[in-house]
Amino acid sequence: MYACSEAHPYIRALTPENHKIHRTLSVISSLSSTSASVKPNRTHSSPNPFLTSLQLQPPLPQNLPQISTHLLNFLIYLQSPHPNPIHNPQLTLQINLEQLKTIGRELALGSHGSNFSQSKEFLDLVKSIGEARSKSEEDRIVIREIETLKRRINDPDTPKRKMKEYIIRLVYIEMLGHDASFGYIHAVKMTHDDSLFLKRTGYLAVTLFLNEDHDLIILIVNTIQKDLKSDNYLVVCAALNACCKLINEETIPAVVQQVVDLLGHAKEAVRKKAVMVLHRFFQKSPGSVNHLVSNFQKRLSDNDPGVMGATLFPLYDLITIDVNPYKDLVASFVNILKQVAERRLPKTYDYHQTPAPFIQIKLLKILALLGSGDKKSSEQMYTVIGDIMRKSDTASNIGNAILYECICCISSIQPSPKLLETAADAIANFLKSDSHNLKYMGIDALGRLIQISPDIAEQHQLAVIDCLEDPDDTLKRKTFELLYKMTKSSNVEVIVDRMIDYMISINDNHYKTETASRCVELAEQFAPSNHWFIQTMNKVFQHAGDLVNPKVAHNLMRLIAEGFGEDDDTADSQLRMSAVESYLKIVDEPKLPSAFLQVICWVLGEYGTADGKYSASYISGKLCDVAEAHSSDDTVKAYAVTALMKVYCFEKAAGRKTSLLPECQSLLEELSASHSADLQQRAYEFRAILDLDANAIENIMPLDASCEDIEIDTSLSFLDNYVQKAIEQGAEPYITENERSGTLNISKIRNHNAYENSTHSLRFEAYEVPKPVVPTKIPSTVTYPTDLVPVTATVSEPSYQPSVQPTWPLVPVSDAGSALGSTELKLRLDGVQKKWGKPTYSSGASSSSTSNFELDRTTVNGATKPDTAISKPREPRQSHAEVSEEKQKLAASLFGGRTSRSEKKQSGKVSRTTNHGEDKVQSATVTVPVTTAVQAQPHPPDLLDLGEPVGDTSSYSSTVDPFKQLEGLLDLSQDFNATAAGTSNGPDLMSLYSDTDTNGNPNQNLNPVNGSVNPSKKPALLTKGPSLKDALDKDALVRQMGVNPTGQNPNLFSDLLG
Amino acid sequence: MIHFVLLISRQGKVRLTKWYSPYSQKERSKVIRELSGTILSRGPKLCNFVEWRGFKVVYKRYASLYFCMCINQEDNELEVLEIIHHYVEILDRYFGSVCELDLIFNFHKAYYILDEVLIAGELQESSKKTVARLVATQDSLVEAAKEEANSISNIIAQATK
Repeated sequence: MYACSEAHPYIRALTPENHKIHRTLSVISSLSSTSASVKPNRTHSSPNPFLTSLQLQPPLPQNLPQISTHLLNFLIYLQSPHPNPIHNPQLTLQINLEQLKTIGRELALGSHGSNFSQSKEFLDLVKSIGEARSKSEEDRIVIREIETLKRRINDPDTPKRKMKEYIIRLVYIEMLGHDASFGYIHAVKMTHDDSLFLKRTGYLAVTLFLNEDHDLIILIVNTIQKDLKSDNYLVVCAALNACCKLINEETIPAVVQQVVDLLGHAKEAVRKKAVMVLHRFFQKSPGSVNHLVSNFQKRLSDNDPGVMGATLFPLYDLITIDVNPYKDLVASFVNILKQVAERRLPKTYDYHQTPAPFIQIKLLKILALLGSGDKKSSEQMYTVIGDIMRKSDTASNIGNAILYECICCISSIQPSPKLLETAADAIANFLKSDSHNLKYMGIDALGRLIQISPDIAEQHQLAVIDCLEDPDDTLKRKTFELLYKMTKSSNVEVIVDRMIDYMISINDNHYKTETASRCVELAEQFAPSNHWFIQTMNKVFQHAGDLVNPKVAHNLMRLIAEGFGEDDDTADSQLRMSAVESYLKIVDEPKLPSAFLQVICWVLGEYGTADGKYSASYISGKLCDVAEAHSSDDTVKAYAVTALMKVYCFEKAAGRKTSLLPECQSLLEELSASHSADLQQRAYEFRAILDLDANAIENIMPLDASCEDIEIDTSLSFLDNYVQKAIEQGAEPYITENERSGTLNISKIRNHNAYENSTHSLRFEAYEVPKPVVPTKIPSTVTYPTDLVPVTATVSEPSYQPSVQPTWPLVPVSDAGSALGSTELKLRLDGVQKKWGKPTYSSGASSSSTSNFELDRTTVNGATKPDTAISKPREPRQSHAEVSEEKQKLAASLFGGRTSRSEKKQSGKVSRTTNHGEDKVQSATVTVPVTTAVQAQPHPPDLLDLGEPVGDTSSYSSTVDPFKQLEGLLDLSQDFNATAAGTSNGPDLMSLYSDTDTNGNPNQNLNPVNGSVNPSKKPALLTKGPSLKDALDKDALVRQMGVNPTGQNPNLFSDLLG
Repeated sequence: MIHFVLLISRQGKVRLTKWYSPYSQKERSKVIRELSGTILSRGPKLCNFVEWRGFKVVYKRYASLYFCMCINQEDNELEVLEIIHHYVEILDRYFGSVCELDLIFNFHKAYYILDEVLIAGELQESSKKTVARLVATQDSLVEAAKEEANSISNIIAQATK
């Protein structure tokens, strides 16, 4: 045995331990002989690692390799508590173990010989690749292996069993990233084999090798069809597994009926897989399984929990697309969830003492969809969600996963104040946790919840800022996402500045682009001043100009041209001038992105000389510099030339004397001979225009006309006379497109996309008997462009399709539409004016309601208001001495600056730029209007439930949900609590707190809620203690066992020391 | 939905890959290269999630082996972390104290087991017992088939002597 020769030196080196090893072996062998009689009953906390794992072993003869594994386990076990006393014990130990491990394994594998499914050759291959010291050495080995395999596989005499091994070796090679396509066909052939033994290997290889669009798929469809009919359910299972990966849109019709039939199979494993396969089919081609919805619903009440759990996946997808048909299932889902939470499912579905958590999570996801904007459905869920949250185990990962899903659900359905409270507590626990994972989830959950109750972020400001400054990039990104969600006009400057800094620091283009477009979006929505806006956009463009969507550049130009105020001309020209000024400063910098240069050129051309501050020669000099410095970029040059043209035209039109700068002259000469036709044309046009007189120029190049609409006459009516004349002279009249389509089929091109999916599919049934071709003119809408059937022939569809055909082209179209909508940059130009120019509300009704609320609120706070204004921002600094000043400041600017927009409205535009400094004073005035105004957005009024009394809605604006207003009040009081609890509970604050309690809240029913905040905070702090202790205990235990704690369950892999 | 599963050793060697969404061979190697670069260099105390090309990759380290799963933006990361653990526990049951070498030499078995745990990128079965039972049945059938094949080949061998 080759392993032995290597083994000796190490064993000798370990002589002191030798007798122990021998003893171990004998112990193990005695154990293994009894293991068959020991009942498999394994818990991870079991004290004896190898006794328990042995119990898992199936029949005895197979035990040998595992026994050596356990021998190794034990060796490691022996070694670790007494590390070698020699120098650097860690290292020696590591080496010894590493080698021992290999020896043991090889002993095991070698001695196993014929029982082990691979030959020594394969083991050698794996071993040599494992020992390869460089990538090139590895590649050399693999290439040699490929040569061998090519030769052997193509040998017709290769026995089937050998073939199976070769296929597995192919899989291995492909896994290492090499091309094994020469063997694909043999894998396909292997799926045809009768024995399950080979077939399974064939299917495995094929699913790993082939993508659904591979040419060989068509050779497998037939086999799959046959196997789906097999009597042996394992064969059926193998075929179903393959279906998921291999059956594509075209071949779905070939198997779908068989898969549907399997939904009634006697074996639950088959039913479960059939459901999942149909789910996959639905993802690939929603039309093909649309008629099966009732089957899914039926499977929901399957006896086997596994099948029921599987059914949730397709249902989830269906509900995502359209909620309405499934509203009546709410009760059943709630019922199932309740039963699961009450442990009615078999014990085997428990996972770490949690009842069927994966099913719970999926159900919660479904409920979140069903309850969204539906009060009646939501109310059915409140109890069960509350129960689950109460029961979930916060010490385990899976318990937290369920908690997180509950929070997601709560933030999606119609809000329930009580559940929101619980969710807020859970988030607080997440954020307080030491685990980065939980912090991450907490930040994410917070981002969801603030959409409903924006004030909740306040309590967690320091935690959020910690996350923002965390070295963990993932956490940082998530926190930026949260900040993006909670941006308001008061904190936009801080947030966007931070985002830009972050954007500059990262290299990942994907996230650079995303951050850049987010910055642009926020700047457009909330910019406090023109100057700031221009500066911000400059920074974004400077650092990520080539990554942002070109549309953003165009929108920036448009914004500068159109201005933001509705009819405030001076503001507009101020904006333009500040843009021009900043661009003149920037333009000389090297390495500006192309998109940014285009904007600069355009703005300089359009507005550079507009207010007379800069002379035409100065501006044109700068533009010439741009064209010269970026001589390789034709687009920039084109922009520069056109800008130059504008500058000179405006000068000439204004009657000033102009002379071309010499560098401009030479630029024109250069461009007149340019390879780019576009540049040439621009240069010649420039020259031609310059020769015209001032009057003509004014007409060609009017000043500041970029915003004016150019009317386009699409009917080309000005040509009517000409057409008339031509017809009179005997020309053929124009035939409209529809009339022509019968003969020319131009419409084919247009319709092609819509029908491509349905008509492009392969047909699995015989053609119909051909009918005589009737030369009729078919209207464009019913032409089926297809390669297989002539257009005029009767189109015979496979039997499944006719019912589907009429509805189905709509699906991908609307899908694409929504996908487009979501990926497109959200540049709400129309909204910008309102959001930015003057902070007004979009509808008069809501603003009136907010002013109502403003009144309410002042009466609520009454006398306490001045107090809070002074004490609140100061207090936290004194009490949290350990928290750095800087962080506090950041927190104040992010969270404290809670100036509502309504206040800004009062203070007017002039103070808008100055009131940033006042933010701290105003921070205490937490106003409800912000809450309501923001909330109104995610829930459009038509989604609100109809059951509400009409009187209610009429008294407030139609977009305001009374529910949420109540919440607003709640959050207000909670807010005070938070600060009271968060700070050192100074006496004045406490009195303030009681103040608000007694005279502040007229609603008595809010008091219990207030009361429950403080107690609920304490347990949260307490639970952290024991869990930490647990962890330490565990750690100690693990160390004692000599295993590095690598995962949550250190017993796993305990035989492998990194 | 899970888009792919990767098992990478600490040295960056690939131990198992399973792709539930279509990726070409070229994309696959690029994905593996990119991800092993980011994941292997992450410190021990950071979170087990990496945002990557608009997706999220959840990973967990067991001894020297990283189990990675790529999921959608809206999926629950903690749940996926537990799906990984679920798979590892099943492997552990099957191999008995599983270790990296088990997976290296029996990677096809790891694939079979994965096929019983996940299907089409979703968790198929959350009961460990059910998975174990199914895998065991398949193994016994394969055993039987093998013996049969052996005996037939023996007969043939004897007949042709």
